[in-house]
Formats: sequence, C-alpha cells, structure tokens
Amino acid sequence: MLLFTLQRMLQSIAVLLAVSVAVFLAVYAVGDPVELLVNPEATQLEREAMVSRLGLDQPVWMQYFTFLSNAVQGDMGTSFVHAEPALQLILSRMPATFELVFLAMLVASIIGIPLGLYVGLKEENRIARAIMTGSIFGYSIPSFWKGMVLILFFAVWLQWLPASGRGETVSVFGIPFSFLTVDGLRHLAMPVINLAIPNIALITRLTAAGASEARMQDYVKFARAKGVREKRIVRRHILRNILIPIITVLGVEFGSLIAFSTITETVFAWPGMGKLLITSIYQLDRPVVVAYVMLVTFIFVVVNLLVDFTYALLDPRVSLSERMS
Amino acid sequence: MMSDQSSSPLLAVENLRTVFHFADGAYPAIDSLSFELRAGEVLGLVGESGSGKSVAGFSLIGLVDAPGEIVSGEVRFKGRDLRKLSDEELRRVRGKSVSMIFQDPLTTLNPVLTIGEQMMEAISEHETVDPAAARQRCIDTLTKVGITSPQTRVDQFPHELSGGMRQRVAIATALLNQPELIIADEPTTALDVTIQGQILAEMQTLQKETGTALIWITHDLGVVSELADRIAVMYAGGIVEIGQVDDVLDSPRHPYTLGLLNSVPGDTPRGEALRQIEGAAPSLTARPLGCPFHPRCFRASDLCRTEEPPLAEAGDHSWRCHHPLDPEKTP
Repeated sequence: MLLFTLQRMLQSIAVLLAVSVAVFLAVYAVGDPVELLVNPEATQLEREAMVSRLGLDQPVWMQYFTFLSNAVQGDMGTSFVHAEPALQLILSRMPATFELVFLAMLVASIIGIPLGLYVGLKEENRIARAIMTGSIFGYSIPSFWKGMVLILFFAVWLQWLPASGRGETVSVFGIPFSFLTVDGLRHLAMPVINLAIPNIALITRLTAAGASEARMQDYVKFARAKGVREKRIVRRHILRNILIPIITVLGVEFGSLIAFSTITETVFAWPGMGKLLITSIYQLDRPVVVAYVMLVTFIFVVVNLLVDFTYALLDPRVSLSERMS
Repeated sequence: MMSDQSSSPLLAVENLRTVFHFADGAYPAIDSLSFELRAGEVLGLVGESGSGKSVAGFSLIGLVDAPGEIVSGEVRFKGRDLRKLSDEELRRVRGKSVSMIFQDPLTTLNPVLTIGEQMMEAISEHETVDPAAARQRCIDTLTKVGITSPQTRVDQFPHELSGGMRQRVAIATALLNQPELIIADEPTTALDVTIQGQILAEMQTLQKETGTALIWITHDLGVVSELADRIAVMYAGGIVEIGQVDDVLDSPRHPYTLGLLNSVPGDTPRGEALRQIEGAAPSLTARPLGCPFHPRCFRASDLCRTEEPPLAEAGDHSWRCHHPLDPEKTP
C-alpha cells in the first residue's frame, strides 16, 4: 500500500514534468506578450527594459528552468494582465468551478444511475428505447448550443432563471458558495444542467450496459434461488458490481469537467477557472495559461489516484500492491 | 431410502412445458414433463447436453430467464402448485424449502461480496435473525460441508477460495435453511475428478443425515448410480424412461438409455473403439416428429417416425417407446 502510493507519486511527478515542458514550449511558440503589454508609445529603451524584467530575453531553456524552480516553490509567475500571482488568481476562481462541477456530477449520478438501471434491468420496451435514444442526443449536442437554447427558453422566453453570473453567495471558511442561497441556486440551475446533460447520458448508458450484463450472471440467478428479494439483488449484487466502471468514468469526467467547463462558464458568464482561461488566452497572459494547465494536470493526477484507491475499496480482487507488478 | 408409496409425494410435476421464444417462434425446451418425487428421495435426472435437463431443474422453481418462458403444467410441492404462487410467495419458497446448487462454482458466487454476506442473506431474507446467530449458523454449516477454518472463510471473498471450496460454500448455502428439496444442476461437472469424488461422497452423507429430497441433474450415469434412488432419463425435453436405479440400469427398456449405458467408457474392452450413440441430440428448433429419438435409434420403424410413443409401465418402471427392449435380454 505504501509502496503503491510512493510509486504512484513518482509517476505523477514524471507526468507533471512532461506536461510542464510541453506546455511551456507550446505557449512560448504562440504570440509575443510584449506587443500586448507595452504601451504603443513606449520607446525602444522602455521596451527592452520590460523584456528583461519579464525575463523574455533569456534563452528558452533558461526561461523554462526559472519557471520550473519557481513553480516548485509554488510560484507560477505573475499574470501579465492582472499583476497578481497566476496561481492565486486561478485558485480564487476555483471554488466557483468546483461548485458547478460537483453539482453537475451529483445531478448526473442521481438521474443517470436510476435511468440506466431501468433500461438495463427491464426487458426492452418503449420507454427504455426512448431513454437510450435520448442519451445519444444528450451526449452529442454541443455544449454551447445547448447552453444558448437553455438561456433562450428559461431566461428569455419563460424568464424563470437568470442567464448569467453566480448570484448571491454565502462565505464558508472565507470561500464564497452559491448553492446556499435561493438566488445562488437559481443562477446555478442552468449551467449545472448544461454540464450534467452529457454526463447523465454517459452514466445512463454505462449503467444500462453494466446492469443488462450483470443481471444475466449466475450469481444473480443464484441469489434468486436463495430467495433474495429483488430490491436487494439490485442494490447489493448488481449495483455493487457495475459501480466499478461507473466510478472510473465519474472520476475521469470529474477531472475533465473541471478542466473543460470553459464553454459552459463562458456561455453563462460563470466566474470560474474556465472563463479565466479563455480570457487569458485571448490576452496572451502566458503565466496564467501555463499555471492553469499545470493545475489541471495536477487535478487529473490526483483524481486518477483516488479512482485507483476506490477500485481497491469496491473490488476485493484488486489489490493495490499486486497492481505494481 | 424412504419409499413410502402410500403417502402423497413431496413434489409432483405434471405436463410442465417451457418454451424459448426466438424470432421465428416459440420452441419447447421441455415438453409434457411429468414425474413425482417422495420426501427424502434422490432422483437422478440424466441426459445429454441440450436434453432440457437444466431447464427442467430451473423451471421447477420458476427461475427461467427470457427468452425462456414456462407456459403450462403444474409443479405441486407439498400439495401447493408453485406455478400459481405470486412472485413474493414463490420467493419465500426458494432457498427456504427448495434450494438449488449450480453447475459452475466460479460464477455462482458474487465476486464482490464476502462468503459470509452471501450465506447470511439466504437466512435473513427468510427469517428475522440476530446477525451473530446467523453468522454462527453459516460457520456451522460450512464445517458440515468440510470447509476448514470456517471462521476465517466467512470473511473472505470468493476469489480467495478454490473451485471445490466454492462449490462447498454453495452447497452449505443451499443447506442453511434445512430445505425439503435440493435441486443440484450438475454440481460436480466443473470440478476436478478428485474433488468430484469428495463432493459426491459429502453430498451422499449430508443427504442421508438431513433426509432432504434431492434432484441431481447430470450427464454422468456413474454419478447417478452411486447416489440416486431413482433415475429419470431425459431426451429432447421429455422423460423417456424413469424407474428405480437398479431397474433402469440393469434392464433398460428404452434404446436411448441402453445407448447411454454403452457409452460409459469404462465398459468397453481395452483396444476396442469406444461405443457411442450415432448422431447428435436434436436441436431445440429441429425436433423430429414422432419419437424424438427415432433418427438415432437402431430399432426405429415407420410408427416411430409418425407417432409419439405412449407411456408404458411395469410397476415403478415406465418408458416411452414403441419397441422397448426385452428386459430378459439386456444388457
């Protein structure tokens, strides 16, 4: 267990290093931030002073190592635009994104798992087919379009829900949250639904596939032969077995939602990390983009680690120490 | 064994018919299946693969999954027709008065639940018990089926046990509620020969101890001759011959039974080609008219090709054949 953790830590560090090189080079290749930052009327001298202050006159590898040694100390550079430490800037936007993603995943599980069980456990019928067809649409309709249609319906026509912003927030341990106020919940509703829809579809299909396979297994038949009630068969025997792939996908989806809720955040003007990323890319705010990608990589690595641990918890056949070999 | 003819049977199956629905129609896997079983009796249900013997076993307690469907017939257990019970009433019979053991011990147990949980639910779904007492009952039953250190085993997961041990767990689970009938669907087929022998001996002892009636489904005549009081030979979804073990094995009346007996490899003299029944059992979708065995039968006549043979009886021994073998001349 300890060995497994250590080994995974080393792997994670290697992943982070590799990503840092790739991202640094990619960002380096795109655009010249000086053009953006320097006053158009500045003299050549002022210009050069700026370049050397930002360290942009150094060779690439020097810049990289400066970045790396600073990064290890928790300093991901200072935003060119906001003149604030990049990491701090991103972290200040993180609670808003986390709130959105958590609620979206929660909604997706609460709706997706029962729908999937319905489809997977019943014989084929019209409702089941409708659910499966609907899930294809739910998964394939692009997020920005869906978001705009939601706004059109609920904000413009029906005027039930606000179209943008976080609404009223309440601070818990100094972090503002929207889900604790009615106004905040009203603001959350549409972006959460928008993020949840493709995941409802994904979880439904996954659960349906798992359940229809599991219900044919001998152990389910044996449980029936033992006189076990249908409810318990579904809860203990079937769900317990199909939870393993569902947890994996939930983990990966959680990571990618945090990283890529950008579209939803942009459409609904949700002041989260994603919106910050888009703005920073437009403004060629290099440190923020690099810090963002590094942070997201870190989150992915952590989520994957957690998924691995959950595996071992759910499936007794998986032993963490054995997986090393 | 107890063969009290006067008392009413524990189980009476009459004209049971289970079909499988395919795209082009419904095909019977078992058809007009009828037999009786007395309390404490051991019946060997013998047949080739595809004879419908497993479907028969599952049909008795209504455990047939789609596309299969039990369409008609009666299964009277202690006078009650199980086919007429509600789902909940039938659930209370399953695992309580009638339990089952499956063929493949590797798939019978749920891989993510402990042995203890899977055994204890067989108790707790039928009666309110203190968990500690239920656990003790599981440990005691595991001991009975020859599992060493059962206190440790109850907390283990199936993958930590060998195939033979898992089958013992399944047998222990079936015994937990002291059922009056156990249906065992080829419980030794998937096991090593040495383990087969052990399990068989164990079952024999346990059956004698508990007095439970037993339906032992198998393709292995050797197993049946050791264990059973009576034998029912199945072919193409129906019983073609049924009677006391000695009667059926020593003087079979149906040519198919004779064929099965001759196919047991041990009986062939060394160096001689192994005997077999020519051809294969008819598939579900292509059952022949008349006697289903006629395409493979050396005694088949025109009558066999057109008309299903009626049931003929001599005492406790009955068969379905137009041209039964002479009991004086065989085998």
